[in-house]
Parts: sequence; C-alpha cells; structure tokens
Amino acid sequence: MATQTLAAGGRTPTTGTTPGGRPARGDRAARVSWSGTVVLALCAVTVLLPLYVTVSMAFKTQSQAVDGQAFSLPAPFSIDGFVQAWNLTDFPVGAGISLFVTAGTVAATILLAAFASYAIVRNWDRRLFRYSFYYLLAAMFIPFPVVALPQIQLTGRVGLDNPVGVVLLATMFQLSFSVLLFTAFLRSIPDELEESARLDGATTWQTFWRLIFPLLAPMSATVGIFAFLYAWNDFMMPSLIIADPALQTLPVRQNLFQTQFSNNYHVAFASYLMAMAPAILAYLFTQRWVMAGVTQGAVKG
Amino acid sequence: MSATVTTPAGTGGGPGTRPAPSAAHRPHRRRVEPIYYLFLLPTVVLFTLAITVPGVVGIFFSFTDSIGIGDWSFVGLTNYIAMFSDPAVVQSYLFTFGFSVATVVVVNVVAFLLAVGLTSRIRMRTALRTVFVVPMVISGIIIAYVFNFLFSNSLPAAGSALGVPWLETSLLANPDLAWVAIVAVTAWQAVPGTMLIYIAGLLSVPSDVYEAADLDGASKVQQLLRITVPLVAGYVVINVILGFKGFLNAYDIIVGLTNGGPGTATRSVAMTIIAGFNGGDYAYQMANATIFFVVAVLISLLQLSLMRNNRKAS
Repeated sequence: MATQTLAAGGRTPTTGTTPGGRPARGDRAARVSWSGTVVLALCAVTVLLPLYVTVSMAFKTQSQAVDGQAFSLPAPFSIDGFVQAWNLTDFPVGAGISLFVTAGTVAATILLAAFASYAIVRNWDRRLFRYSFYYLLAAMFIPFPVVALPQIQLTGRVGLDNPVGVVLLATMFQLSFSVLLFTAFLRSIPDELEESARLDGATTWQTFWRLIFPLLAPMSATVGIFAFLYAWNDFMMPSLIIADPALQTLPVRQNLFQTQFSNNYHVAFASYLMAMAPAILAYLFTQRWVMAGVTQGAVKG
Repeated sequence: MSATVTTPAGTGGGPGTRPAPSAAHRPHRRRVEPIYYLFLLPTVVLFTLAITVPGVVGIFFSFTDSIGIGDWSFVGLTNYIAMFSDPAVVQSYLFTFGFSVATVVVVNVVAFLLAVGLTSRIRMRTALRTVFVVPMVISGIIIAYVFNFLFSNSLPAAGSALGVPWLETSLLANPDLAWVAIVAVTAWQAVPGTMLIYIAGLLSVPSDVYEAADLDGASKVQQLLRITVPLVAGYVVINVILGFKGFLNAYDIIVGLTNGGPGTATRSVAMTIIAGFNGGDYAYQMANATIFFVVAVLISLLQLSLMRNNRKAS
C-alpha cells in the first residue's frame, strides 16, 4: 500500500501539456524543476551539517577539538577520541545492554502484538476481545511521565529496576501502535485462506505460525523497526528505571561528557557517533518500512 | 493511501470488516477457542501490571501526603489546590504549552513546504527524501548534546565574527531566548515524521485535478492554495494534534540542551513531574501527573472528534 506508493516516488508525471497549457516539449528532463532541486539540496544541508560536525569532531585530536572550529576538517586525522570514548563509557558493556534492551523489545513487541491482534481480529464479535483492543489502544493517551514515578517504585520493589524491566515497559508502550498496525493488516487477509488451512486439518496454533505470522512479515518489519528505534534511542525511561549506573544503556551513558569531561569534545563526539550510528544504518537499510510505518500509524491513530 | 484513511481501524469505534452476526441469526454463538485467550491474555495482563496499575496507584497517592516511602495519610484535594498557586508548576505549564504551540507551527510549515518540494518534479528525489528523514531516527538526547555544542561554541563564534551582539553569548544561557533553541532542535527532529505524513497526503491527491486546473489557466501558487491545501487539510489536523501531544511530553531534548535552565526558564511539565521523585514531592507531583494525564486525554479526544468530523466532511 503506502510502501509501494512511496517507493514509486510520487505522482506519475502527466504527459501531453505542460503547466499553463502550452504545448508539450516532449522531453521529460526539460520539465525537471532545477530551482526546486537546488532549494531542497540547500535545505538538506541543515540536516547534514550537524552530522558532519559530529563525524569531523570525532576524528580530531584534543587540541584541534577545543579550538572551537566545529566545521574544520580533522587535521591530523585521529582515532584517539574513539579509543577514549570506548573506555570511558565502557562501550562494549553499554552497547551490549542497549542491544539486549533493543532486541528484547523488538522481539516481545512483535510477538505479543501479533498474538493479541490475531485473537482480537478473529473474535471481534466477542466483547472481551473488542474491549481489549480499545483498552490496549488507550495507552496512546498516556504520556510516560504520568506513570513514571509509580513505575519507578513498582519496578524497584519487584526487582525489575534493570534492563529487563526496561524491555517490559518499552514493549508495553509500543503495544498500542503495533496492535493498531497489525489489526488493520489482519483485517485485510481474507478468511478463505485460513478456512482452507483448517480444512487441511491445521489447528489455530498451526494456522497462526504457518500461515498468519509469515503473512504478517511486512507489518512485522514496520513494527520491529519502530520498536528498534524507540528502544535504542530512548533516554528518559532507562535513565529513570535502571537503578545501577553500570547497567545503563548507551544514550544515558552520554551524559558523562556533560557532567565530567566537558572539554573533551573529540571524545564526546566520538561517543555520540558510536551511539547514533546503528540507528542511522538500520534506517538506511529499512527506510521503506520507516516511511510506511509513519504514514500508516499516523493516519490510523 | 486514500484507502488507509477511510478504513475504520477501530479508533473511531467502527466495527471490523467482518460483519458481526446478530444474536437473532445465530442463537448459539460459536464458542471461542481457548487458544485465543492464550494469545490475548499475556498482553492484557502485562499491560495492566505495567501501565494501568501504576497509573491507578499514582492517582491514589495524589490524594495523600506520601513522599514515596514510609507512612502517609489522606489529604484530599490539598495537592491539587496547592498546584494552581505554585509558580514552578504554573511556569512549567506555560512554558510547555507555549513551546508546543510554537513548535507545532514551525514544524508544520517547514514539513509542508518540504513535502510539496519532495513531491514535485525535482532531481534526486529519493536521495533527498532519505536525507530529510535521518533526524527522526537519531536519539533525541544525542541530537541535543550535538546542538548544545553548536549553540555554545559555533553560534557565538559566528555571532562575534558577524557582529551580531545577541548571538555572541550562547542562546542557551539567555533565559529569554533559550526556548528558541529548544524549538529549533525539537523541530529539527520532528519535521521528518510530519513531512512523511504530508507526502502521503499529497500523493493521494489525484493528478487529474491539477491537469484540469492547468487547463483552466490556474497558476502554480493558485493551485497550491486552492487545491493542495484544502485537499490535505485532514492531514494538517492529524499532524497538528499528533505533534502537539508529542511536544507536551518534551523531555530528552530539553534535558540535553538546557536541563531546564537557565534557572527554571525552560522546565517542561515532564521534567517537573520527574524531578518530584528526588525532591520528596511524590504525592504532589502525582497530582501534577494526574492533571497532565487529563490534559493529554482531552487533547486526544479532540483529535478523535476532529478526525471523525473530517472524515464525514470528505
């Protein structure tokens, strides 16, 4: 749906007459708006400039980084920042915890949301399932800060003030959006498909795993990439829920440079780069689903 | 895309695509296979424990004098009454609303213009679209730290080089202007999502409408104002309300840029609530959170009713 439309890249150019009713020149390239391209390319600089600063600062030496010339190229080229950032933030541990939180959230979100959505859509005529849908959706109304304080208390009391607790809470906050996407998608899958599977003797469990879950794959990709971006990037929830600083995720570890090493800019930027790179790479490989997810989620939400 | 808009996905209370059989037609309703409960219950139970229970506990404690641990007693509406005369709370609401309104306007204007540009006949359309979405996928706190450096070092340097006095000191240290930096960085991150929704809206406008307008001699600007804007009005409503709801929760970017400062000039409601946990203001900030929750619900209901009216109108 949206995926294809977006991937196709817009309105199909009309042929015949040019704007204003003048006769067509016949050459499509002649109608490319070069001024528009230039203006947008200049706008793109505002996006790329902060990223360029991050990369160039990260490869500078300390003396070059403190001279305040953010936009100069690194000379000499140095990876000293990365080495120090690696050690200061205990990068392997931080990345490991971030990875655990992210993988856990993605897997739990896809599985729980797909299970629940399937049950809801197939039993829509039952009040319990219908109301459960509205109940799960209601979480869209709840900003995290509203429930944060009691959550900190409760997770502390039951021993979940750690990355496992963050996985649980992050999954719960992703549910509304994910269930919304899955249920809409499931409604478009014709019943006949399932009926034929059942005639062949498949149980509901088998039907779900062999037929429905594979069919959900494109939507699982969308749901998964959003869970990934949220869990990998979030600062507020892990900073509040995880009690032990040694168990903190990568984004939270960055505050080290604000509080303790405020003049080691090259180290700070190397660290920022290492923390943001996985999300950017993931996006570049999965942009199709990111774009589809935004539009579908928003238009339905 | 247009199909997505009209599909009742449930938020509007529309039934699913399977017609629910009326009781008269089917006196003996089919039994629900037990496995469906197994599919649904873990989610509902976990959700209740992780979100509903804390929410209810929080509302309960908002009527007490609890500091988070130890004894407490009921104090009725004392916390709620105190809130309205607390300058710190009132200021955080004023800042949060003002910041949200400003950001919504900036984000929507920029995102709409970019979307129009990115759906027009330009070169490198796919590459440009890819670039413009990048800010959406980076952690807010890290974006804020990077811009913090630019605002504290590069911008003042540029300010003194160009001889602009108000730029020579960091915007972030100026109580009257720090919010401008916060709006700018929040917008930088929020524009892509909004822009994608506008692109979807623009792509759903059939091209023959423009052809007809061309034949009638309408100029490009006339087409934009008379055709494009009215036809994507529904998307404006979605974007304004989704954005507003999101900006009310502002936390990461403000923490990274100003941490609420200078003084308390840029302290958002979310920051005030969360600070209550360390300050021994547990019950008091739960009252704040309850009010904040009510505000969030009212805005969401407004969203639903506006979207429904919009659907009816179109």
